[in-house]
Amino acid sequence: MTRGDVRATVEAVWRIESAKVIAAVARVVRDVGLAEDLAQEAFVAALEQWPAQGVPDNPGAWLTATAKHRAIDRLRRAEVHDRKVAELGRDAELRRAIEDDLAAEVDDPFDDDLLRLIFTACHPVLSPEARVALTLRLLGGLTTEEIAAAYLKPRATIAQRITRAKRTLAAARVPFEVPGRDELKERLAAVLEVIYLIFNEGYSASSGENVIRPELMEEALRLGRILAELLPDEAEVHGLAALMEFQASRTRARVSADGEAILLADQDRTRWDRLLIRRGLAALERAYATGGPIGPYTLQAAIAACHAVAPTPDDTDWDGIVSLYDGLAQIMPSPVVQLNRAVAVSMASGPQEALRLVDELAGESALAEYPPPPAVRAALLERLGRNEEAAAEYERAALLTANTRRRAELMRRAEVCAAAGA
Amino acid sequence: MRVMVLVKANEQTEAGVLPKQEMLEAMGAFNEELIKAGVILDGDGLKPSSAGARVYFSGDERKVVDGPFAETKELVAGYWIWQVKSFDEAIEWAKRIPNPTGEESCVELRPFYEPEDFGEEFTPELREKMEEMRAEEQKLREAAQ
Repeated sequence: MTRGDVRATVEAVWRIESAKVIAAVARVVRDVGLAEDLAQEAFVAALEQWPAQGVPDNPGAWLTATAKHRAIDRLRRAEVHDRKVAELGRDAELRRAIEDDLAAEVDDPFDDDLLRLIFTACHPVLSPEARVALTLRLLGGLTTEEIAAAYLKPRATIAQRITRAKRTLAAARVPFEVPGRDELKERLAAVLEVIYLIFNEGYSASSGENVIRPELMEEALRLGRILAELLPDEAEVHGLAALMEFQASRTRARVSADGEAILLADQDRTRWDRLLIRRGLAALERAYATGGPIGPYTLQAAIAACHAVAPTPDDTDWDGIVSLYDGLAQIMPSPVVQLNRAVAVSMASGPQEALRLVDELAGESALAEYPPPPAVRAALLERLGRNEEAAAEYERAALLTANTRRRAELMRRAEVCAAAGA
Repeated sequence: MRVMVLVKANEQTEAGVLPKQEMLEAMGAFNEELIKAGVILDGDGLKPSSAGARVYFSGDERKVVDGPFAETKELVAGYWIWQVKSFDEAIEWAKRIPNPTGEESCVELRPFYEPEDFGEEFTPELREKMEEMRAEEQKLREAAQ
């Protein structure tokens, strides 16, 4: 085996095991940042030792044990000098805890540790950007370079974000635990939000040339699927998983060969991914089966399901979608929801009624910088044959869009309407 | 990326011998691990080739040949579809597939084509053709309204 092969193997093992290793170490050292440093050291040790000694039978256990030994080494070597460890205070007690843990060679289920890690990475003391970066790093096993590349940010920016996040967690003495019943709902909402933020950055890149960044979508899907296994009784966890499966199922259909975004109604449905649709429907069923309260993700997934099973836009259960949006508007009142509801109304009852609803939203300040309203209005005006007004609205929508490809598409439509109106 | 794992047949699978309790348990635990890692998208087992058939194509001709088929080691007995970050990750997972009975067996890993694989192959001529098709569709749509 060549050296390069071992490196690829170590990296693959890291991808599979890193979150579990970090979580297992964090449980004993009670500091996520320190746990990640130690896990990284174990990873480096693997890169050094595996080429000569061969890959161990149980690489995950090897990494975890190595990281824990490093923890003891640090305690022995530095006693007080290492600030991070010193901050924890109970050196002797901690050392015993780690040694006991190692001696017991506990093969306990990692599930709880992993859950603790997720809730810690998405802790509300952190900013949303910090939660995203830390989640990708700790749970996804992504390197700083990979996160930076996915977000088109300089490496140093992401590195600093992660370092600060770890420091914030340590300074706030955030316990390594799964929140209790009383705050679970709120904390879980924060976790789901982080996963969906990652998904959306991949699905609808907010800036730059590419409309889709598949690696972020796949990462979010994976995290959503993992969480669905860890918290099987939470409806919204399955709801989010379902929503992402449905949205991802359209990936191949929503961008044209030359990178232009294609609207749902114009997508070639034969290009929708049936496997992901099937997975989405199954996840949605699991959400309902929990019997728990249905939240915004499940409702959005239910709407996506209506589209996913419809052979054509005209054969879609638009009335059903309108009533799902009614439910969504109740628990998540937002102009964006109202706007999407208006689009559904346009399909269920015609563009005239929908245009009235959209015009009612015109005064909403939350929408002022948001691209869809003019785009929706433009499409409705186009359907009503009011081409000149439609052209003006498409242009307005284009000016509000940062994504270069989507802007080009809106400009193209403006030209089509202007030509038809002239 | 997605990888299909083709579980190759052997004398046992071709004979329709159902896996023993030990194998079922080990495989169940492995599948659970895959699910918990968010890796598995799909997977199932197939009946022996004696239950299958082949359709051969030659020009307009269609010839149907019923199983079983001889080349046991080339036949497929089951499959998984995995979502992984790299092909190496898929190989790492594949090495962990349990083989409690110790018998000779093989899985073949094959990556799916991804949209970016078509980047270079998507020639200007093809692109132009797509454009024409789209323009045609657009005209049809406009005519229908």
